[in-house]
Amino acid sequence: MRKLMMGNHALSYGAKLSRVQVIAAYPITPQTQVVELLSEMCANGELDAKFVKVESEHSALAASIGASAAGTRAFTATSSQGLALMHEMIHWAVGARTPVVLGNINRAMAPPWSIWTEQNDSLSQRDTGIMQVYCESNQEVQDTVIQSYKVAEKVLLPCMLVLDAFYLSHTYEPVDIPEQKLVDKYLPKFNPPYKLDPDDVHAFGGLTDAKWYYELRYKIESAIERARGEWRKADDEFGEIFGRKYGLVEDYKCEDADIMLVTSGTITGTARVTVDMLRDEGKKIGILKIRVFRPFPTDEVRDILGGAKKVACIDRNISFGQSGVFFEEIKSALYNSSHRPQIWGYIAGLGGRDVTPDTIREIVKRTEESDKPQELIWIGLKK
Amino acid sequence: MIEVRLHGRGGQGSVVASKMLASALLKEGKWAQSFPEFGVERRGQPVTAFLRIDTKPIGAHYKIYKPDHVVILDPTLLGQVNVTDGLKKEGWIIVNSERAPDEIDIKGDFKIATVDATGIAIKYGIGSKAAPIVNTAIIGALVKTTGCVGIKSVLQTIREESPSKPEENAMAAKEAYEKTRTT
Amino acid sequence: MPKAKKIVWKGVDDMPEMAVSLSSMRVNKTASWRNLKPVIDYDKCKPCGICWKFCPEPAILLKEDGSPVIDYDYCKGCGICAEECPRNAITMHREER
Repeated sequence: MRKLMMGNHALSYGAKLSRVQVIAAYPITPQTQVVELLSEMCANGELDAKFVKVESEHSALAASIGASAAGTRAFTATSSQGLALMHEMIHWAVGARTPVVLGNINRAMAPPWSIWTEQNDSLSQRDTGIMQVYCESNQEVQDTVIQSYKVAEKVLLPCMLVLDAFYLSHTYEPVDIPEQKLVDKYLPKFNPPYKLDPDDVHAFGGLTDAKWYYELRYKIESAIERARGEWRKADDEFGEIFGRKYGLVEDYKCEDADIMLVTSGTITGTARVTVDMLRDEGKKIGILKIRVFRPFPTDEVRDILGGAKKVACIDRNISFGQSGVFFEEIKSALYNSSHRPQIWGYIAGLGGRDVTPDTIREIVKRTEESDKPQELIWIGLKK
Repeated sequence: MIEVRLHGRGGQGSVVASKMLASALLKEGKWAQSFPEFGVERRGQPVTAFLRIDTKPIGAHYKIYKPDHVVILDPTLLGQVNVTDGLKKEGWIIVNSERAPDEIDIKGDFKIATVDATGIAIKYGIGSKAAPIVNTAIIGALVKTTGCVGIKSVLQTIREESPSKPEENAMAAKEAYEKTRTT
Repeated sequence: MPKAKKIVWKGVDDMPEMAVSLSSMRVNKTASWRNLKPVIDYDKCKPCGICWKFCPEPAILLKEDGSPVIDYDYCKGCGICAEECPRNAITMHREER
């Protein structure tokens, strides 16, 4: 069934289709509608889940971790300051190996107060071990919730699904809602090897000295590396059943491209429209969309960008004192690669500044005209 | 691709109007995208909503700067907001007004349509007399002038999605559809 | 009473994915930490429950009549019960193991 829905509701429907059993969340703009709809679904019996009202985002994730440790499928959603407050618990969810799925609406961090989109909130969680997936359409949001549980429960790691504030969260688009029985076939019941169980009692996350902590960190890294393959498998299987596939990355017309743009989130769709216009004008431009950010798709990035002459990375974020985060990651993936293209780094769209086809055109133009890569170009800075 | 921009005031239902139009387009097998001007909306404050229409999935995610048509839910906005900003030549300007199209003071190479959406909304008791909700009526005028979507699927959508008085809302849209005046 | 299985592993390959303890407290008894042992003189004890309230472990259980019993599997010998007992019915004795 095709239904018009906002990105926030696509998250809710994804959670419902995944038959989540526990939802613990605290409202924050621009995430509010995600949990509004889920609480309605719980209240009217459409969804058989326990909705836990909490007093903060820290508690929201803590409750989700508890629920997951008890062997139930848990969901939470937040944004910006709320995600920052969850930070301690994100480390916990990873260490405890609880496959909670967390929807994060990208919103800029204060001060000054802003409710508009920017990726610094989610990218600040880069080194926690939580998986991260960046979505560009409401359909992808709904589908990725389902895929996230599939992968997260296989490798026992939490997963953060990321969408742009307003550009997706409050934008209504058609979304195909799959049949529940097909989703059930795709996503089996969550059954962790250890859980809070009165018949087989264990302590979780207790004091572990240097004798074994090191090995447990190694296990997390092995799991997230294994997740690369699991994402590919989960996406292939999803494609077979539902007819939609997204990949860890998407290659749009990169094959013969002189300049490859690197994008994430909703900027991708706008870039695709622009690339079509530029191609009509005879310019060979391609796009590499990064969808799965953690685990980082190193092989795909090397494979696709290895064939480029010039790469222009567009970052709706900034790692102060370095560069855009995606720029940094791309560079790092290519350093030990046999072919290393020149890479330009562009900062665009911070705090919800609109990234339009004109913005993309300017990025392409500046990359075309330049011979020496620049790492930190602020596009559209008012001077 | 057709792009429409709606200007209204918080509480008049501009965002819902664009959403209902998108829903109706979906019924016709078309693709649509509806979104508000991203901000903190308050009753009475000027608000903007956007609508994209296409025959294929819409990937663009940026605001609409060069609309094909503009819808104005509140005539008092005419002096306050630059409603023709970026409007394409020959584009429709659909105004909620008791006046005739040639009495509307807008200069430029545009087509103007008017309909008394406020009067129609009050007639059918939609909203209150002090704050009538004019969105469903103005939809009727947009459908009549641009033909971007059929009146039948619009009326069906209004009946299904109106949070209250679905039949009255549908009748308001139908009456506006019939009473729209054009230049 | 809940059951518990002790998990034993050799190295990174056979250890559990999750940071679960080697086993639960049902298996990991903590009495070996104790060098002074509290003993209740039931002639002096008028079951008031104060020792039960103060025991931080908790290693003092209450019987149906309200009288306390010390769970020597988990008592770490901190002596708080002996300190708090208003009738001095609990005394600390040297452990002999």
